[in-house]
Amino acid sequence: MGGGTNSYREIEETDVILLWGSNARETHPIFFHHLLKGVHNGARLFAVDPRRTSSVKWADTWVGLDVGTDIVVANAMGREIIARGWHDKRFIEHATSGFEDYRDAVEPFTLAEAQRLSGVPAAVIHDMAKAYATAKRAMICWTLGITEHHNGVDNVSSLINLALLTGHVGKYASGLNPLRGQNNVQGGGDMGALPDRFPGFQHVEVEAHRLKFEKAWNAPIPAKRGLNLTAMLEAMDHGELKALLVLGENPLQSEADRKHAEKVLGKLDFLVVQDLVLTPTAEMAHVVFPAAAGWCESEGTVTNSERRVQRVRRALQPPGEARDDGQILHDLAKAMGHDWGPFSAKAVWDELRSLSPVHQGMSYERLEAGGGLQWPCYDEAHPGEMFLHSRLWEVPLNGPRVAFQVVRHSPPVEPLTPEFPIRLTTGRRLDDYNTGVQTEGFASPLRRGETIDLSPEDAGALGLADGEVARVISPRGEIRAPVRLTRSLRPGLAFMTFHFQDSVNTNILTIDATDPRSGTAEFKACSIRVEKLNTAMLA
Amino acid sequence: MAEPFREPPMWFHAPPRPTRVPMPPAEASRPAVDLVVDGKAVSVPAGATLLDACAKLGLDIPTICQHPNMTPVNVCRVCVVELEGARTLVPSCSRVAESGMKVSTNSDRVRASRRMVLELLASSVDLSTAPDIQRRCAEYGARPERHGSPEPASPEGERDQRVPGHHHLPEPGIARRVAQPVKIDNDLYVRDYSKCVLCYKCVQACGDEAQNTFAISVAGRGFDARISTENAVPLTDSACVYCGNCIGVCPTGALMFKSEHDMRQAGTWDESAQKQTDTICGYCGVGCTLTLHVQDNTIVKVTSPADREITHGNLCIKGRFGYQSVQNKA
Amino acid sequence: MDIVVRGPEPTDSERLAVDAVLGPPVSAWAGGVRDLGREGRISLLGGSEARSQRHLLLPALHAVQDRFGWLPPGALAHISRRLTIPPAEVHGVASFYQLFQLKPGARSQVHVCEDIACRHRGGLALERELRERHPGSEAVDIHGSPCLGVCEQAPAALVLRHGEKPGGGAIGGATARAVESAIESGSYPDAGLDWLKWAVPQSLHPEADLALLARVGRCDPASLEDYRRSGGYLGLAKALALGSEATIAEVVASGIVGRGGAAFPTGRKWDAVAKAADPERLVVCNADESEPGTFKDRVVMEGDPFALVEGMTIAGLAVGARKGYLYIRGEYPLAVRRMEGAIKAARAAGLLGDAISGSGVSFDIEIRRGAGAYICGEETALFNSIEGQRGEPRSKPPFPVQNGLFGKPTVINNVETLVNIPLVMREGGAAIAAMGTTGSKGRKLFCVSGNVARPGVYEFPFGITLAELIGKAGGVPDGRPVQAVLLGGAAGAFVGPAQLQVPLTFEGTRAIGATLGSGVVMVFDDTVDLGDTLQRIAAFFRDESCGQCVPCRVGTSRQEELVGRIRAGKPLGSLAEESALLDDLAQVMRDASICGLGHTASSALQSAVRLWGPGILNGAKLVDNHG
Repeated sequence: MGGGTNSYREIEETDVILLWGSNARETHPIFFHHLLKGVHNGARLFAVDPRRTSSVKWADTWVGLDVGTDIVVANAMGREIIARGWHDKRFIEHATSGFEDYRDAVEPFTLAEAQRLSGVPAAVIHDMAKAYATAKRAMICWTLGITEHHNGVDNVSSLINLALLTGHVGKYASGLNPLRGQNNVQGGGDMGALPDRFPGFQHVEVEAHRLKFEKAWNAPIPAKRGLNLTAMLEAMDHGELKALLVLGENPLQSEADRKHAEKVLGKLDFLVVQDLVLTPTAEMAHVVFPAAAGWCESEGTVTNSERRVQRVRRALQPPGEARDDGQILHDLAKAMGHDWGPFSAKAVWDELRSLSPVHQGMSYERLEAGGGLQWPCYDEAHPGEMFLHSRLWEVPLNGPRVAFQVVRHSPPVEPLTPEFPIRLTTGRRLDDYNTGVQTEGFASPLRRGETIDLSPEDAGALGLADGEVARVISPRGEIRAPVRLTRSLRPGLAFMTFHFQDSVNTNILTIDATDPRSGTAEFKACSIRVEKLNTAMLA
Repeated sequence: MAEPFREPPMWFHAPPRPTRVPMPPAEASRPAVDLVVDGKAVSVPAGATLLDACAKLGLDIPTICQHPNMTPVNVCRVCVVELEGARTLVPSCSRVAESGMKVSTNSDRVRASRRMVLELLASSVDLSTAPDIQRRCAEYGARPERHGSPEPASPEGERDQRVPGHHHLPEPGIARRVAQPVKIDNDLYVRDYSKCVLCYKCVQACGDEAQNTFAISVAGRGFDARISTENAVPLTDSACVYCGNCIGVCPTGALMFKSEHDMRQAGTWDESAQKQTDTICGYCGVGCTLTLHVQDNTIVKVTSPADREITHGNLCIKGRFGYQSVQNKA
Repeated sequence: MDIVVRGPEPTDSERLAVDAVLGPPVSAWAGGVRDLGREGRISLLGGSEARSQRHLLLPALHAVQDRFGWLPPGALAHISRRLTIPPAEVHGVASFYQLFQLKPGARSQVHVCEDIACRHRGGLALERELRERHPGSEAVDIHGSPCLGVCEQAPAALVLRHGEKPGGGAIGGATARAVESAIESGSYPDAGLDWLKWAVPQSLHPEADLALLARVGRCDPASLEDYRRSGGYLGLAKALALGSEATIAEVVASGIVGRGGAAFPTGRKWDAVAKAADPERLVVCNADESEPGTFKDRVVMEGDPFALVEGMTIAGLAVGARKGYLYIRGEYPLAVRRMEGAIKAARAAGLLGDAISGSGVSFDIEIRRGAGAYICGEETALFNSIEGQRGEPRSKPPFPVQNGLFGKPTVINNVETLVNIPLVMREGGAAIAAMGTTGSKGRKLFCVSGNVARPGVYEFPFGITLAELIGKAGGVPDGRPVQAVLLGGAAGAFVGPAQLQVPLTFEGTRAIGATLGSGVVMVFDDTVDLGDTLQRIAAFFRDESCGQCVPCRVGTSRQEELVGRIRAGKPLGSLAEESALLDDLAQVMRDASICGLGHTASSALQSAVRLWGPGILNGAKLVDNHG
């Protein structure tokens, strides 16, 4: 998580795009419109993805690495850039720290070694390094292919290192842009829905921040950060965490290793779920608060991948007793003895503005007027920052240096074995969304249900035909799914979504190895085998 | 369990405030171009079109195939104006203004061409869901009936099979039309090519001006030119991804939400009872503005404003059609 | 690009047919055979490189049409993948051209000219007879065709045979027997020199003052030696010696203007391209000769192909282009073969390619075949056609000299214009300018057809009158009177017997409200039903409108309907009302259409109505108002 450094429109005018671990063509279609404008304007597109996705098909160069070898490729690029002298020595000197450590850390990642570990031809890594480093403007964009790994934070750091190395940050049409999977992932973090943050990225362990919020809220605040989702699940498992309020999440189906999630949620003394529909998680709950749909039955704001805060508005009256999420929290507080007065999204926003400097300039009036505002927006005359970190180019340097982060390659937690020889990676499709709770309601002509996607070679070796239902087995469990043959996969690589959990529960297969820092699970890599259903089982 | 506090990486941190607000590199300033439109002097930046110049003067120029977010295709020819020294009229939507031009936007010659363009369209196309064009027909005095009695609708798929060149003349007194049955091949939107004025907007939106899916193209030639998938296959056998961006730019209602089509058929479509509310799509982190068209507390159509920097009026299948979950009410 | 192909997969022979013209596939991801050892993690052809092959679409479609006689969906799918062109766009382009068929056809396709020069001279009867003799045949399909450009031998037919060895050729003075024997034998009467001698009656008269046609019917068009012996390549030698600037100066001095119909000064066009900022420039020869009644370019290409190669080469040298495209209409298989032969021979002799004649200048020519679309003779439609787009004209400005083929500064000239160039260089611009009249300099080719004794291409210095030209062509047979003459083709204008003294110059024809156009002089004697001719002209524009802009797409259709109902004796309201409606249609097409097709779609009709009143549409007895 973080903030995209650039606005979407900037990608239209960049020269080189590295689209890394992202099938934006299907998962972020409107962002991809902007990207394609860039491509039509002459930008070179490199797509780093194990699968030959519809996004990859637009690329000038496909970099089809093995799942979980992103750091290998990024570090090898770094090494090549340094070895060829393509790095921006002046920028490194001026605005960064830790270059020497980085240089030493990437030294073992020769092109040959990177080819051995990742499968990507050395010449392709060289080309990508050269194009990226020598471009006037260059952008790296990524999605869950980078973050949904046990070392997702390191993966991100390896990409940030490339930008620091080449000075492709803090400038128009150059930067680092994670694409958010959900409409308010950015906003949630910005608003402090993180274990260690107040709104506006103010750390709870920084006393000045804490005191400010204690004063505003007239309540003491714990001086230590809380738990991220992974840690919460662990704490539930150990019986340390006994009650849980879940807002608009469906962890039973969205967490890797469903069996484990089911087990630990079952240990809770008290589970409250607040959601639009009765999700499987909600079915487990002791109490369910029916919520209004955030995007069409509620008032408020959301923040997108380019840090743009925009208004959501109530267009429909919510059904039955469903209430606005904020209203539910207000009512809950009241029931617990704290009367916050009448609920108003604007009042909540104004409180935020008073406490978060980067949101200060975003009055509701300004947000209402046009297409939203991008943070940071310090005062009501400020237009919002189109791109971040321009301070790094100020002379003398404005603010602290940015540190290279030394990252090391760490392959997927679950190795391939003779018993489980196929790498399963997961992702999304164009017409469906996450666990399918919302998208299953419309009649998409594209929908074909869950499948286990296999290369024609693997399917052939296993005697499986297109459409045939097969057993898919991981160390954690087994499901059945129809086989779909696709040329976009090579042998040893399989793909599933998690859109159709009611019929095919993909996350029975996936591993719960998570990155301790982000709490994100390694959805992108587990090991499976696929078997033909035997006739006895069919009967 | 928590690790000790350390400065988080820069991408996760509200960075120190820069001294200057970051801005895109300044574009080379465009020199002004001075011209005269309808006797009034007007100045526009180089590269502006005659239509831009007219807009600056507040002149009301009819347009059909022009769209603010798209390269002009200048095919409808209803926006023509008279340019002094030019042999023919010129399309204001695409003609770039030059210094010293003298333009008339409402001369008899201009009005005659506009009237005929509207008359030709009205005589060949069903404009019943194109009120803007109907209004222009009345304004310019188009008399489509001069061209004969309307040809009956052609059988389903017949127009899609027409080959270029040789053809048969209709019975004397019959005016050819593009009338044909509505194409309904999926649950999300319909294509009623009886209403198609061949403005190319859907092809542009499906193509490299927005969606880049290229599921449709103009096929055939002359009066038989039509919008078509490859070999006129149903959308479900085409590359269509149901983003509905073609619907968003269709000026005549030829492309229409199935929900709207069905309600119109049932006589329940009532725009006066509809309210439009802008909100943000919930399906990913891009932040597309959705304009929800709501009638009787039910979403009947979803559009996006053309002037938004993120969408330019475009959406994906989820944003445009994925609203059913909030309608499935108990 | 994420191309989605859902139809049938290509057969092996369909792949082969496409790959034969495109070469073997570079990438498994673009139509090749899956080979994960090579391309499991990369693609050998991607992105903009893959998308830049669109200009090969027309050649690929031709290859499939030539092989199978139609465009099977599997073959189109293979083309989509090979060239990274979405299937819908392949379909959009394929369905634009008359010579591409989307349904299976018979072994031989016979196109019988039913246009204005042939229809009264047996064309319609021939078509009827062939249809009767071959109903529902698997061996032969009969198509009515717009002008095939063999008007001097009306009625004309074109036979195209598909297969592993595709072939085709034109038949003049066609009869059902002649067509059938060509189908059976696979040989065509257009092969020998007689064919050319017939086309250029002056070639039989040694005393005739011929320059542009001097070799046609006299020299072996396949022989570079013959060409050189008869003064060929002296022009290029001079241009190489003079250099670009002085070459253009000669062309400017010659006063030569475009012979395709638009009459734009050639030297000025060249000068603009030579001075363009973009160093990559192109030369295009417009040999999409499709104006009904026009056949001079065909005759020149068939009879003196090296002259065109030389002309294009000089143009390339003058404007600084390294590449030239020669776009020949699909109905001219012989011209294509002759030009291919000439280009190959010139290349072998070092007259095309790198370092021409040992100079520092490089230039080469690529032939592109049209596929049956009159509109592709419009210069910007021709560019789109070469680029693999639908042959729809572009809006001008920008003009080709600024933004032409592939967006590059482009000289586009007609065949006749370019074969004038070696002459200009050889004789000097001043000598050419001294010929003709003040407003029309040099020599002109006239396509004389219809009711004359010796139809054919005639060459005269500008200034000859219409009556003199008809006289040179032997006059109207059987002493019948001239009823009308169509000048400039379907896009031109009729003149009556009272106007035969008009000098055939740009200024002379303009003075009587006519046009010289592409040099069409089609004579109608008093036996011809001019109403039928006018109906055909209206049908022609309706057939050939690209359909892009409303005035022309609907206007040509309405115009045809109007003529049709008047001819049927069922006007809507009075004849005067219909006449006013015709004027309204003419005005909107002339004023508001995108290109010249729409601008001129009414001009012949209106000229006839002006001369003879609206009753002419009804075949009413003619009254020559001006006589």
